[in-house]
Amino acid sequence: MAQVMERKRLLSPDYKLGEALEKALSLSPSKIIEAVKDSNLKGRGGAGFPTGLKWDLAAKAEGTTKYVICNADEGEPGTFKDRVLLLEHTDKLLEGMIIAGHAIGSANGIIYLRAEYRWMLKDLKAKIEQYKNKNWLGKNILKKGFDFDVEIRLNAGAYVCGEETALIESLEGKRGEPRNKPPYPVEKGYLQCPTIVNNVETFCYIPFIITEGPEEFKKYGTERSTGTKLFSVSGDCNNPGVYELDLGTKVKDLLELVDAKNTKAVQIGGAGGVTIGEKDFDKPIAFEGYPPGGSIIVFDKSRNMRHVLMNFMEFFVEESCGQCTPCREGTMRILEAVEKLEKGEHVSEEYLEKLVELAEVMAVSAKCGLGQTAANPFIYIYKNFKEDL
Amino acid sequence: MATNVETKLKVTINGKEVEARPGDSILNVAQKQGIHIPTLCYHSDLNLFGVCRVCVCEVEGQRLLQAACSTPVQDGMVINTNTRKVRQARKTIIELLVANHFGECTTCKRNLNCELQALAEEYGIDEVSFPKPQEKRYEIEDNLPIVRDNDKCILCRRCVRVCEELQGVEAIKPVFRGKDSEIGCMYDLGLGEVICVMCGQCINRCPTGALTERDAIKDVWKAIDDPTKHVVVQTAPAIRAALAEEFELPPGERVTGKMVAALRKMGFDSVLDTDFTADLTIIEEGHELLERLTKALVKKEAVALPMTTSCSPGWIKYIEHYYPDLLPNVSTCKSPQQMFGALAKTFFAEKIGVKPEDMITVSVMPCTAKKYEADRPEMIDSGFKDVDYVLTNRELAKMIKQAGLNLMELEDSKFDSIMGESTGAAVIFGATGGVMEAALRTVYEVVTGRDVPFENLEILPVRGMEGVKEASIKLENLKDNFKFLEGVTVKLAVAHGLANAKLLMDKVRAGEADYHFIEIMACPGGCLGGGGQPIPTSKEIREKRAGAIYNEDRALELRKSHENPEVTKIYEEFLKKPLGEKSHKLLHTHYTERGKY
Repeated sequence: MAQVMERKRLLSPDYKLGEALEKALSLSPSKIIEAVKDSNLKGRGGAGFPTGLKWDLAAKAEGTTKYVICNADEGEPGTFKDRVLLLEHTDKLLEGMIIAGHAIGSANGIIYLRAEYRWMLKDLKAKIEQYKNKNWLGKNILKKGFDFDVEIRLNAGAYVCGEETALIESLEGKRGEPRNKPPYPVEKGYLQCPTIVNNVETFCYIPFIITEGPEEFKKYGTERSTGTKLFSVSGDCNNPGVYELDLGTKVKDLLELVDAKNTKAVQIGGAGGVTIGEKDFDKPIAFEGYPPGGSIIVFDKSRNMRHVLMNFMEFFVEESCGQCTPCREGTMRILEAVEKLEKGEHVSEEYLEKLVELAEVMAVSAKCGLGQTAANPFIYIYKNFKEDL
Repeated sequence: MATNVETKLKVTINGKEVEARPGDSILNVAQKQGIHIPTLCYHSDLNLFGVCRVCVCEVEGQRLLQAACSTPVQDGMVINTNTRKVRQARKTIIELLVANHFGECTTCKRNLNCELQALAEEYGIDEVSFPKPQEKRYEIEDNLPIVRDNDKCILCRRCVRVCEELQGVEAIKPVFRGKDSEIGCMYDLGLGEVICVMCGQCINRCPTGALTERDAIKDVWKAIDDPTKHVVVQTAPAIRAALAEEFELPPGERVTGKMVAALRKMGFDSVLDTDFTADLTIIEEGHELLERLTKALVKKEAVALPMTTSCSPGWIKYIEHYYPDLLPNVSTCKSPQQMFGALAKTFFAEKIGVKPEDMITVSVMPCTAKKYEADRPEMIDSGFKDVDYVLTNRELAKMIKQAGLNLMELEDSKFDSIMGESTGAAVIFGATGGVMEAALRTVYEVVTGRDVPFENLEILPVRGMEGVKEASIKLENLKDNFKFLEGVTVKLAVAHGLANAKLLMDKVRAGEADYHFIEIMACPGGCLGGGGQPIPTSKEIREKRAGAIYNEDRALELRKSHENPEVTKIYEEFLKKPLGEKSHKLLHTHYTERGKY
């Protein structure tokens, strides 16, 4: 029997359209930021930065032109939750963005949409047009003296452009390569203006926080990981799909919910996440536990984890932007060794230990999150599934 | 409101509590304290990049290591630059770079002056655990003055950054992604097919042998060894102020006499000086400027003003690509190198009784674009290739060492005549503002009969490392035949580094530049910072070289180009008059419009 409750809060079809927008535009920016801070909402794209704090820093940053960017790149392998939100909950996203604009003092919204979701453009543009006609976008929204516009910009197919500074570089027409931080985007982001970059899902929770309040939001989840989270579950299970669950849900409960049998391993948090085996299934998925980016891939006992490792390393070698040494060279070296193992060639224990050391160096010295997590599949599969290698 | 200068931050580095200013990076703080942090992609001339990750340090409270070059310090930050975690990271990173670096050190032009070698030595890399490539992956492009070998490239991007930030040319960029990243030109074209101006600034910034100059050493030795050839060598002003750096001396040492001595011992038949033709250039160019001013102010004809200098071939190629509509503004004077070549195979050959076909002319230049200039198809006014081979300063140093000579122990020697005499005005050509200053020293005296109104003839407003410099001189109490200039305030501008040239030329194109004369040097610092100069380079090094050049000027007896007796002689005996028929044939040139694509 499933012990985990599937929530239908974010994914609820019942939505009081425009109520959050109306209420938020009557509140002061600082009141909105206070509410988001109180909710303890953390970014839903994977990094988990406190949203209220991000908005607060951007609101206080110097500059008259500011940007609200929705990261709709959804590049993490196994993640397809934002696709659902973009298609079926567009209103929550747009209201969330407009409210964010009001909170930080921005009149410019950009949805950075992954190239592979190009087929959504027509519907998204139609929705934006609808909002313009309703005076929910454009000048003097709801006659409350607030201007805000949303444009859609397409990514060109690079995973690294899901990293916020590489995303910004891409928007500026340059190579999608991460920047040095500091300065952070909240201070100097798009076109060197204060910018907030938030995941689609993060924006979608904002209307609820405004209308129902932060306390209601915190009803679910844990103390450090408040609220619910969308999980896109795929792989060897009978009920794959997008689920809304409390943060803090244990892996084994999720597996039961999706009717996964004979599970050997679970990949949590995408390609750069963790690969765990049975002995760890009773641990929670939360910011204080396994990374709750949302991607859950289930592998049953028929799977060879070496193939899985190969697949992930091929991914990272392909997607590394190439600017920093640890990632560009390191991912290539790890793949090189895994390819040898796949062909049945011998790789010495000594060399594998050297690669573990390399992985440690990558994790602490790469310039961005991609490089820092690119060696994770190797670290975890080498540790937890050595017999497959 | 407290300014940034007043706020002080307290930072602890390697256990020592020190003060820092807001905006200081960990690297800045370490350097001030004399703490060594190795770097690779960092270069003091360029914007921060933070990609090699060699300079990572441990900061208390942070799980991630922080790149020292691009991490600003915060108040209360506790930094450790050499913990076990840091050493492990640096060692691994260097190993990764060495593992993907394909090339033989022993035969590399940067052997013993390579930053990758230095790092490997510093970190005691005694084995490379990762498999090295077994064969070359990239073709070497070596038909141009700049040779690229991507197998040796470690992707620090310093070349890309200097070409973009200091030169504004952007001829080379990173292409492809990840492990397939390489530095290349658009559409996989060669350097010679895109807008590269051959300035060689990229070579100066490259830490390894990925970028080098096309070799001329073998050809020059061959010429010297050929008993049937009379080999003439000319040396640029900027050589004598930097050559000693290749012999372990700090920058700023003048070695003119020793340089001449070395060239003699190496076997050159005639050791002459480009400075001679620099003085000659001033006479020709000064008269050209006066001719244009006469046309504009007296004859009221349409004439291209401001006039720009034309001795920097990197600048010439740049304007041919980017501002071909403004080519009429460029002086038609050849550069001193090319004037020399044309005169060597005509005037000089006749004087010493050598047939021009038996003469080989070699120049030693701080420049890689000079190799391109010598190869320009129009540079054959003598009836032969005016300048046969161009050696960079670095190549000369190699040849001196090959000849078994210790430069610093040689006794001073003097240049040969009749194209070896020069003045202080000529030697300052090597520094930004030098051509302008030299031209003023002559032109001012020509129109007024007096010295330029600056102490010791040192026109300070055009000196220094500021990117764009402006100056003006009012012309009063003029000689009779120049009365048409009475009361005119001559406006001058000087730019070095092509990004600064762009600022001026955009103004000229928009009709907003009311200057009369503009000096442009492609390279930051002028020729003393040229693409053929000793590596490494930095603002401090270039300032020291400038100091040496200005000291050389002060130490010379003759300070004005028109005082050069050999120059007077060549006009009397050969050229007859400035801008005359002979001058036009041998000393003036035309330019080629080049597209951007």
